[in-house]
Amino acid sequence: MTITVQIPTALRRLTSGSACVTCAAANLNELFSALDQQFPDLRPHLRDESGQIRRFLNVYVNEEDIRFLGGGAYAFQEGDEVLLVPSIAGGLS
Amino acid sequence: MHYELRCRECGKSWGNQPRSICDDCFSPLEVSYDYDALRWQVTRDQIAQGPPSMWRYSGLLPLPENFQPSLPTGFTPLFRAPRLAEQFGAKNLYIKNDAVCLPTLSFKDRVVAVALAQAREFGFEVVSCSSTGNLANSVAAQAARDGFRSWIFIPADLEPAKIIGTQVFGARLVRIAGSYDQVNRLCSQIADEHQWGFVNVNLRPYYAEGSKTVGFEIAEQLGWELPDNVVVPMAGGSLITKIKKAFDELIALGLVDPKPVRFFGAQATGCSPISSAVKAGNAEIDPQKPATIARSLAIGNPADGHYAIKTIKANGGWAEDVSDPEIVESIQLLAETEGIFTETAGGVTVGCTRKLYRQDRILPDETTVICITGNGLKTTDALTGKYEAEEPIPPKISEFDKYLERTLDIDLPETVEA
Repeated sequence: MTITVQIPTALRRLTSGSACVTCAAANLNELFSALDQQFPDLRPHLRDESGQIRRFLNVYVNEEDIRFLGGGAYAFQEGDEVLLVPSIAGGLS
Repeated sequence: MHYELRCRECGKSWGNQPRSICDDCFSPLEVSYDYDALRWQVTRDQIAQGPPSMWRYSGLLPLPENFQPSLPTGFTPLFRAPRLAEQFGAKNLYIKNDAVCLPTLSFKDRVVAVALAQAREFGFEVVSCSSTGNLANSVAAQAARDGFRSWIFIPADLEPAKIIGTQVFGARLVRIAGSYDQVNRLCSQIADEHQWGFVNVNLRPYYAEGSKTVGFEIAEQLGWELPDNVVVPMAGGSLITKIKKAFDELIALGLVDPKPVRFFGAQATGCSPISSAVKAGNAEIDPQKPATIARSLAIGNPADGHYAIKTIKANGGWAEDVSDPEIVESIQLLAETEGIFTETAGGVTVGCTRKLYRQDRILPDETTVICITGNGLKTTDALTGKYEAEEPIPPKISEFDKYLERTLDIDLPETVEA
């Protein structure tokens, strides 16, 4: 399944400047593994030490939050567009 | 400078710049202060000598040097609410009334005031936001006042008063066919590409600090004491965390005695990701698709949800939610008991407060402050059908007597003899 991934500016220094990456992946886990392989420096930004998606990273598929589509269980369709968008929280001291 | 941006999770310092994300770990940035220096500069006397506005707390806000405020925002009334308290069986209930905050009648005026101070410092000519309405009004108005151009992004189904109340200030209003969460996501992408000052994206760490002034004012207006409980409406979840930060700062600076204030969050049942998580004992939210008349709180994927849950759990607080009919009834209850006309978000807060008293999570003698954050004149459509438009009567006393008989179904009192 070929899908495209839009990379936010903050992470483009880790993708050799690429704003858009094409990957072959059946689900989110495979997608992240494909990205890890292509851009090893990106890995810690997408997943934490235990391998979970980072809390402040939102993943959208064709403008829909992937959590509404089944999250990790969602099966990518040919031509899906994936957006990685940081969640903008204010934080708490 | 006595403040700078620091990563909430990894602690890396980012100085002062328009940025809300740590590039290293993708976590949110927050303004952090040199409290050792502030301890000698910020005193009760110094605050008391300040203006009757949020700017009396300038020493505890991230403001540029020589900043001159253009509006007396904040320092809204805090007062006892005895009639509402009676309805709840409560004795020590207070209302913090940001329905009369300047210039646009919601607490958002506070955050925008701080964000625009930094927007000027960073050299932005265009300021922008994604908004469920109140923020749109406030950015548009304050941008006009301060000489910025403004671009405002809103979900298309917003209340008419909030749309007019943005356009009237000459803002460019972009309606998006989607939910607030979709608008917000789009704005994150736009902010990534355009050099605009998005108050709640790249200026967000500064913007969010403005909310602390609600907490500073509550403490000062209670005579430099902290309440036992605070009830706060939750949309993105930022306000509740910043009121806690305000209380913590006042304690750290020795301006109030320490107290484990309990924080209670209020949401509409039709959009309750944070209250659902608290009730289920979860540390993270599951996003929801909002379906509620409380549009100003209709954020299904609250950015600060994780921190709001932490704030609530810190001292044994709780979160509740109320249905749309309860929201309307609560708007009416607040208006009829205390003479305050609040918007749907205020109905949520009042309705949830009633539930919390009924559940004995808030006890009658405890000092409890509820935060009313917006004005009912902006959401009058929520009351559609609640009050019938009566037929006019002729301007004659006999007609009025007939009207009384007809509507009150009572005998008229005897005419007083001269």
